[in-house]
Amino acid sequence: MALVLTEEQRMIRSSAEGFLAAHGPVSQLRHLRDSRDPTGFSTGLWRGMAEMGFAGVLVPKAHGGTALGMVAAGLVSEAIGRNLTLSPFLGTAVLAATLVGRGGSAEQQKALLPPIAAGTAILALACDEAPRHAPAHIATRAEPSGNGFRISGAKTHVLDGHVADRLIVAARTRGCDCDPDGITLFLVDPKAPGVEVRRRPMVDSRNAAELRLEGVQVDGADVIGELHAGLPLLEAALDAARACLAAEMLGAAARSFEITLDYLQTREQFGRPIGSFQALQHRAAHLFCELELARSVVIRALRALEAGEDRAPFYASLAKAKTGEVARLATSEGVQMLGGIGMTDDHDMGFFLKRARAAGETFGDSAFHGARVAQFLNI
Amino acid sequence: MEEPVDDAGLAAFRAEVRAWLAANCPDEMRAPLRGDQDLCWGGRRWVFASDAQRIWLERMAARGWTVPEWPKAYGGGGLSRAEAGVLAAEMRRIRARPPLSSFGIWMLGPALLKYGSEAQKRAHLPPIARGEIRWCQGYSEPGAGSDLASLRTSAVLEGDHYVVNGSKVWTSYADKADWIFCLVRTDPAAPKHQGISFLLFDMESEGVSTSPIQLISGASPFCQTFFDNVRVPRENLVGAPGQGWEIAKYLLTHEREMIGGMDFSGEGRDSLAQLAKKALGEGGLRAEPLLCARVVAHEIDAIAFGLTMERVKDEARAGEGVGALSSMLKYVGTELNKQRNEIRMSLGGTDALGWEGREGDQARAWLRSRANSIEGGTSEIQLNIIARQVLRLPAAG
Ligand SMILES: Cc1cc2nc3c(=O)[nH]c(=O)nc-3n(C[C@H](O)[C@H](O)[C@H](O)COP(=O)(O)OP(=O)(O)OC[C@H]3O[C@@H](n4cnc5c(N)ncnc54)[C@H](O)[C@@H]3O)c2cc1C
Repeated sequence: MALVLTEEQRMIRSSAEGFLAAHGPVSQLRHLRDSRDPTGFSTGLWRGMAEMGFAGVLVPKAHGGTALGMVAAGLVSEAIGRNLTLSPFLGTAVLAATLVGRGGSAEQQKALLPPIAAGTAILALACDEAPRHAPAHIATRAEPSGNGFRISGAKTHVLDGHVADRLIVAARTRGCDCDPDGITLFLVDPKAPGVEVRRRPMVDSRNAAELRLEGVQVDGADVIGELHAGLPLLEAALDAARACLAAEMLGAAARSFEITLDYLQTREQFGRPIGSFQALQHRAAHLFCELELARSVVIRALRALEAGEDRAPFYASLAKAKTGEVARLATSEGVQMLGGIGMTDDHDMGFFLKRARAAGETFGDSAFHGARVAQFLNI
Repeated sequence: MEEPVDDAGLAAFRAEVRAWLAANCPDEMRAPLRGDQDLCWGGRRWVFASDAQRIWLERMAARGWTVPEWPKAYGGGGLSRAEAGVLAAEMRRIRARPPLSSFGIWMLGPALLKYGSEAQKRAHLPPIARGEIRWCQGYSEPGAGSDLASLRTSAVLEGDHYVVNGSKVWTSYADKADWIFCLVRTDPAAPKHQGISFLLFDMESEGVSTSPIQLISGASPFCQTFFDNVRVPRENLVGAPGQGWEIAKYLLTHEREMIGGMDFSGEGRDSLAQLAKKALGEGGLRAEPLLCARVVAHEIDAIAFGLTMERVKDEARAGEGVGALSSMLKYVGTELNKQRNEIRMSLGGTDALGWEGREGDQARAWLRSRANSIEGGTSEIQLNIIARQVLRLPAAG
């Protein structure tokens, strides 16, 4: 399968880029942060993204989605990265749409997929429990109770958790805390008794909630996918999210590189543009090469996921591992080559640096995914 | 390996290629190269290492498959890019060795196809395709390395001949080559990039001599080459007088892609893991966390690079420009190959320090790999080219 975009995908890319540059640019992020916006993103923008078909990018047409697929989801993510757009795209349109689309019952799909595609429901995945990502390590317990379960435990890094209409909680129905078997996914109403949600603004001006669950009662019909066997479904959704995060980091890295190049052309010291200094030229040229490598692993991962290849998880990890490093390099070189201005809050570069850090950390950093690649390669 | 999905025409071609290779590729030629010594370079004075090597070259050349994409009229296979891709994949599938390694194929051929006269193409391309004439590259001089355009070897027109004087250095295989493609200064008065021409001549011409130079790997693959009043027929000048620099640069983009994509260690891709197992036992690498981390980081980059080669080819096929990207591929590919050799040496430990006979293969390959980021234009020069031509940064003051 060719590693170039089709005509349709090119159009999706340019329409996503054009739309987000106009309606979800970095200045919007700055405004939302400075006004301590309670939602943390523009609901108007999210409605617009739904109208553009982005919210339903992974939702089947029968449920009101556009079903454009993983490559398209990645291209939207790349545009999000270029503009540092705040939106529930990753949590709702990628994670939740994949979980419900692949594992949900007919009723769940009917109830949830249309509002996801329409941008009217926000869903949040509650998976991580510790500061370092470890999806199989789940201590939150779901004990049988009545015709359902009672869930108790604590979750961290729940993206958009403070404004979610529904939570998807990974809990243990059997086995010890790190057993890959015995994990089940539940739909949980954040307003149900026993659920406590604490909003936690992060360094990148995004929000990830901390969640406490104390004897939260759910129904048997709230199980998503198979009882005890939720991990493969969870991993599939996480891999989709990881590839989209890689695409987002690629977009953020590429954009910060453009800003840096622009500065190298225009800033003058010693009577000439600083871009004429070979020390900086070589670092810029090296960064260019790294970005090319990142672009290749991202498109490969998206294609593998779209085609449902057996090696898709390997490529998702490869992309997340490599792009995480490249985005870190691009944004820190950006700050360095901008000099003092790069350190100021007035300049956008800092936002890119912060986002690269947070996106790199989310759902496994380069070390986590490097280890996963090593496993696939039998190292 | 994943089975490729072809459209109908390509599927039929794949079936044909597969059957032909099964019937025609000698068993002995279906083993990975153990090193440079297993390559077949051809040429007037070539002594085949085995009958299998000779038969393999003859059969492939008869089909034009030593140069699958060249036109049939010039000894090529006339294949489309997609068909050539199928042939390459099918050869990889049975681990077939390349039938012929040749500067004529990698460097001169593409330049002649673009800039050569019809007579030059007919004279020179078929013998390259058949492995009958071996070429060497006369670019660098003692005073002109990275600053190639300052070269001084002169060619003065006297009647129907150019008379060439001067010397070249680091000329790979000059002592084994039959012909040389050579950059010469034909107009000393012109600005330095404009006075250069691209000349072809026979290394057996009167006045050509070579003196081998030994590398740190112990091998002696290159020479200093001297020209003392060498008379070259004027029709051997490619393109127009003064067009040499343009041709030289075009040729270099092909050379760089070739060097960047080459696996000089002659091994398949996932063998770092195997090597680690041999040296450290099953799972042993995990007891060496820092070495393990280097292996993993390298493998990630190596796979990313492989995908990038693939993507660049796909983009070329889709009509998107590649040109300056050859510097990116050269820089990344050669730096990775050096890193790979460093890691192989670490994994080999003291075993890798052997020097005599086969025991010296690994250390010699490691030393050879150091040249990758020098030959064909150094890494620093590639970064300069990317900075100036791709990123359009201002000239260094
Ligand atoms: C194994 C091998 C095979 C070769 N085969 C051939 C061959 O077949 N034919 C042929 O013509 N040549 C051949 N070469 C020569 C090769 O192309 C040159 O060695 C190369 O171009 C560098 O030139 P130099 O050796 O004069 O180094 P120099 O140009 O003197 O460079 C020395 C150092 O200075 C750096 N440098 C120079 N200029 C700059 C700059 N502007 N900015 C930053 N850094 C700079 C270089 O990167 C390098 O690190 C071969 C070389 C090797 C090692």
